[in-house]
Amino acid sequence: MKRSITRLLMAPSVIMLLVWMIVPLSMTIYFSTIRYNLLYPGQNNFVGLMNYEFFITDPGFITAVANTLILLISALSITVVLGVMLSALIDKPFFGRSIVRVLLISPFFIMPTVNALIWKNMMMNPVYGIFAWISQSLGLQPIDWLGTYPLMSVIIMVSWQWLPFAILVFVTALQSQDTEQKEAAQMDGATGWHIFRYLTIPHLARPIAVVVMIETIFLLAVFAEIFVTTGGGPGYASTNLAYLIYNQALLQYDVGVASAGGLFAVLLANIVAFFLIRAVGKNLTV
Amino acid sequence: MSYLVITELQKHYDSYHALRGINLNITEGEFIVFVGPSGCGKSTLLRTIAGLESSSGGTIELDGKDITEVASSKRDLAMVFQSYALYPHMTVADNLSFALRLAKVPDAEIQEKVRSVSASLQLDPLLDRKPKELSGGQRQRVAIGRAIVRQPKVFLFDEPLSNLDAALRVQMRLELARLHKKLGTTMVYVTHDQIEAMTLADRVVILNAGQIEQVGTPLELYRQPNSRFVAEFIGTPKMNLIPVDTFAVKGDQLTLNLLDSSVLFPANRLSGPLPKAMIMGIRPEHLSLVDDNGDFTGCVELVEHLGSEAYAHIQLTNSQTIILKASARSTLKDGDLVHIKVDSSEVILFNESDRVVSVIAEEASND
Repeated sequence: MKRSITRLLMAPSVIMLLVWMIVPLSMTIYFSTIRYNLLYPGQNNFVGLMNYEFFITDPGFITAVANTLILLISALSITVVLGVMLSALIDKPFFGRSIVRVLLISPFFIMPTVNALIWKNMMMNPVYGIFAWISQSLGLQPIDWLGTYPLMSVIIMVSWQWLPFAILVFVTALQSQDTEQKEAAQMDGATGWHIFRYLTIPHLARPIAVVVMIETIFLLAVFAEIFVTTGGGPGYASTNLAYLIYNQALLQYDVGVASAGGLFAVLLANIVAFFLIRAVGKNLTV
Repeated sequence: MSYLVITELQKHYDSYHALRGINLNITEGEFIVFVGPSGCGKSTLLRTIAGLESSSGGTIELDGKDITEVASSKRDLAMVFQSYALYPHMTVADNLSFALRLAKVPDAEIQEKVRSVSASLQLDPLLDRKPKELSGGQRQRVAIGRAIVRQPKVFLFDEPLSNLDAALRVQMRLELARLHKKLGTTMVYVTHDQIEAMTLADRVVILNAGQIEQVGTPLELYRQPNSRFVAEFIGTPKMNLIPVDTFAVKGDQLTLNLLDSSVLFPANRLSGPLPKAMIMGIRPEHLSLVDDNGDFTGCVELVEHLGSEAYAHIQLTNSQTIILKASARSTLKDGDLVHIKVDSSEVILFNESDRVVSVIAEEASND
């Protein structure tokens, strides 16, 4: 009796969650097996795995997968390494620390589209961008960042967006580090570097794992920055999987192929997650 | 010969004067305990000796060398922290050898030292464990081992037993005493627990509000406190303090009038000029019950039986409560009217500024 009431009361949320997840997933699976092109309405016949074949043999496919992984790994390395260094730097009290902290965290509050526009128009623009101005002041030729190094530009923007998150997590973690341990190490003859290497880094292992996990989820699906700045180009130079899917669905009106791409993205995310959990997951259980 | 010499040591925090001119000479091999109420500066003093806090004035000398400005790692001191401060990501063996590895001591020598320390502290079965897999007492032993392995000139202990439960604390206290006997190294120990201070110390330093109140062997402090603060701080239960109404010196007799009676003393033990007002201090074990002819009378409020002895809380006629140590077989009951006799040779008198007027007890009279 008691049990059935429990189930009854939990049912709405469970059903809600199931519908929320199952319906879009099954719709995607269904769309991926039929011909579904917005230009040819009504001709929705079953085509088997042909959509998958189209997606995988798309000229942009290999580049998009590679770009997705490069973007993921670069942005992860930049945010984790810089994040650890910056948070260790601002852990000690100094004049104006709270202002510096707020400034370091603030990029996180800027929405990705605005972030991308700021970088595109104010920083990287070859004519009136700040980087161009710096180059010119040094007597160098200004660089057309988005045209010459499109993927790197996107990596810079995304890292700038996600660095505050890493700093936020690491700063909080550093505050929980035991000061007596550091003092004990100091008396044992440890230098600042030794303390950082043997105490701080092991202490940060778990927060680093958390940051890597969470950032991976979002970095696999970067879209706004690419859409606003490079539009995936030139060519496929800055197209990632998310952008390729968008390209199929809304530029080539082929919902079937886009659905197949979406399912491939799910697969890729699972592969990445598998390796990730093997690599950093053990830090979470200790 | 003095080994660790502290001269006019000062410590200021922003607006707080934590150490107000500390002077202390510690001889080699001594076990010194700093004791005092919270916020008296005992931990600050230890941390300043350790070099974890910089001094704001004065000097610290160790073995003839001025170490006031020397980095804590170069002072040749080892410290055991209250939280043990073991390195959580290293095994016990790595914790023990950390300082030696940093100092680039040869591997064979490190292993030898770690082995001998772990054997002497019974850490052998624990060497491969991480600190979080150890019990409180084991962690404590590892922390001590980590200090011993470096063979420092002085050991510093910052309330090392306060995180342990009562039974373990007694056991670790004994181990520490044994360790000091075996190593013979100078030890400086901070505690707020006067029992630890009394049992471990060669000499106790009592601190109050950033100043040294008194330095002496535990028995000296107990029997000859030089201020009311020390007298009240040392001893459980506390010394009884009864205000003296009037007093008079007639020939070689000092008469104290207090409560409903007067107590007589030989006046030749009064030193210096007569104070304006006096307080009489007497420890619970120096009061006794008599059938009549007591110095004062009171009403039993409460009797605490501790098994080996009993403490009677007695309300006097001025409604002040004093504590009297009675025998374990005492048949005192709440509400009994009792006569109390003061052992006048053990009375300690304090003047209006809480300093000792004259310590009436003399070493000779107690032997």
